Amino acid sequence: MAAQVELFLQTLISGFLLGGLYALIGLGMALIMGVMRIINLAHGDLMMVAMYIAYWLFTLFHIDPYLSVFVATPLLFFLGVGLQKFLINPVMKVESILPHNQVILTVGIGMVLANLATVFFTSNYRSTPVSYASKAWYLTDFWKNAPIELSLSAPWSLSFIVAVILTVALWFFLTKTDTGKSIRATAQDIDAALLMGVNVGVMRVVTFGIGAALVGGAGCLFIPIYYLYPALGKQFTNVGFVITVLGGMGSTEGAIIGGVILGIFESMTATYLGMGWAPVGRFLIFVAALVFLPGGVASLLRKQRLEK
Amino acid sequence: MKKFVPLIIFAALCFIPLIGLSSYVMHILVLVMMWSIIGMAWNLLGGYCGQVSFGHAAFFGMGAYSSGLLYYHFGISAWWGLPVSVPVLTVFSLILGFICLRLRGAYFALATLALGEVLRVTAENLVKFTQGDLGIMIKQRTWVEKTWYFYIILLLAAGCFFVIKKVMESKLGYYFVAIREDQDAANSLGINTTLYKTIALCLSGVLTGIAGAFYMNYMGYIDPTTVFPLYDISIVAVMVVMVGGVATYWGPVIGALIMVFLAEVIRSMPGIGVAHMTLFGILLILIIIFLPNGIVGDFRKMIGLFKPRGALK
Repeated sequence: MAAQVELFLQTLISGFLLGGLYALIGLGMALIMGVMRIINLAHGDLMMVAMYIAYWLFTLFHIDPYLSVFVATPLLFFLGVGLQKFLINPVMKVESILPHNQVILTVGIGMVLANLATVFFTSNYRSTPVSYASKAWYLTDFWKNAPIELSLSAPWSLSFIVAVILTVALWFFLTKTDTGKSIRATAQDIDAALLMGVNVGVMRVVTFGIGAALVGGAGCLFIPIYYLYPALGKQFTNVGFVITVLGGMGSTEGAIIGGVILGIFESMTATYLGMGWAPVGRFLIFVAALVFLPGGVASLLRKQRLEK
Repeated sequence: MKKFVPLIIFAALCFIPLIGLSSYVMHILVLVMMWSIIGMAWNLLGGYCGQVSFGHAAFFGMGAYSSGLLYYHFGISAWWGLPVSVPVLTVFSLILGFICLRLRGAYFALATLALGEVLRVTAENLVKFTQGDLGIMIKQRTWVEKTWYFYIILLLAAGCFFVIKKVMESKLGYYFVAIREDQDAANSLGINTTLYKTIALCLSGVLTGIAGAFYMNYMGYIDPTTVFPLYDISIVAVMVVMVGGVATYWGPVIGALIMVFLAEVIRSMPGIGVAHMTLFGILLILIIIFLPNGIVGDFRKMIGLFKPRGALK
């Protein structure tokens, strides 16, 4: 019995930590979704790019992956700005039969990024063997006679804390600065924002940049605890959009809650069904969200606010 | 005259095996026709009805596996997969449509994107049922020569072309286009949008499934990564249509021709073969920016690009 409780709690903890990181991926996607009404299907591939930046900084210059957050995030910001400005914006003006041309475009971008990574870095699995990789804190260290044993991995906790810091910084940016407010205005109503003098074109570019920067940060946080290969992007794109749907299209608070829910759910499937089934679990939660909660967590939050 | 163009092309194609082309060229022609079926099926759902799918590999793989599993579990010929895949794919598409098509475009695109992946993982993990990563192999393919395969896929492709043409010329086709252009307006005119989107999905799924069942018989071997991949099938299906021409009858055929030849040429070049997805991706980006309606759809515009500047005035 104690062993089962222990396993359950341990899964819950690791799911929660994973959820914090997932939230960061989902946040970037939700921002882009909110402002531009398109799903960025190159999201995971942008994260893969950031992970390679962190990997090479670690391998060549021995820079800790957590420090490369400061390098990869701005780089990814400019990459995102460039993509939006030179590829996605021109397509928005083109007249075409299909309404989803920009989404297909992001698929093309993701494809190019993933394949270029294979060409340049081969498809070998890579990781950054940091010195504290296997360090952990144990419950028995603090409480001698604890009936169960729980552990908290150091790199996981560190990644989680940095993710929380980045999320708080984003919240501060979105609510306290002029640019942030303009972004939120654009997401709420493009026409009204235009009338209020918001430069919607610039906001689109900035938003894509921030979305890319956030997922870049997530990439740096993932590399000490995960491994890296060129095709990894697809999986995290899936994670990103499941969170966006679960949280409610384009809602940032929803994305955070959605990320934590998905993280916990995924760790549960991995523990009780096996690692291989994780994508199926992800899809089930996606379907469940579509059927039972089409507005996502955001609709629940809104309802609660209205009832007050 | 224009009415007979498909018939003339069909008749001309019937004579191709008599010329005595090499087995490699025949193989490419078979692949071109298989991809035109997938492209036409994608076009029905994505091009005409406006529901972009990133997961046609799911339908393709379901077709291939329903054929392969019949052979593996019951020991009957895998050709039975062609008729059997029809009800299987219909049920599958109905379930998918029930869940995803009640909501707007983006959700559907997302759901299909994940679907191929999920089916691949499921096929890999249900080792007892599908043999997992070992895949299913037909011990003896029906024919060694390509001639009969060529005729079968030609008939299937012609049938697919005919079905889609008839559908698009009927009331159903007008409903599809109305849904693509403006779903709210279509709804307000009394079109049951969910129902017609589901019909488009079923038709598209079944046609893709038949192509998958043919693939099983033709190649004689499938495993989860060859029939459920995102880039190699789902995205290539999108590309076939985007390159050829969205919402045109001949677009997917032209697109399939270009894509299959391009893939063969790129893969045969030493050193560049690894980068074929990059080249495809760049092609996709260029097509979306410059020819958003594909070669057939933007034919006039393309001719204009190549004309000397003075001619435009």
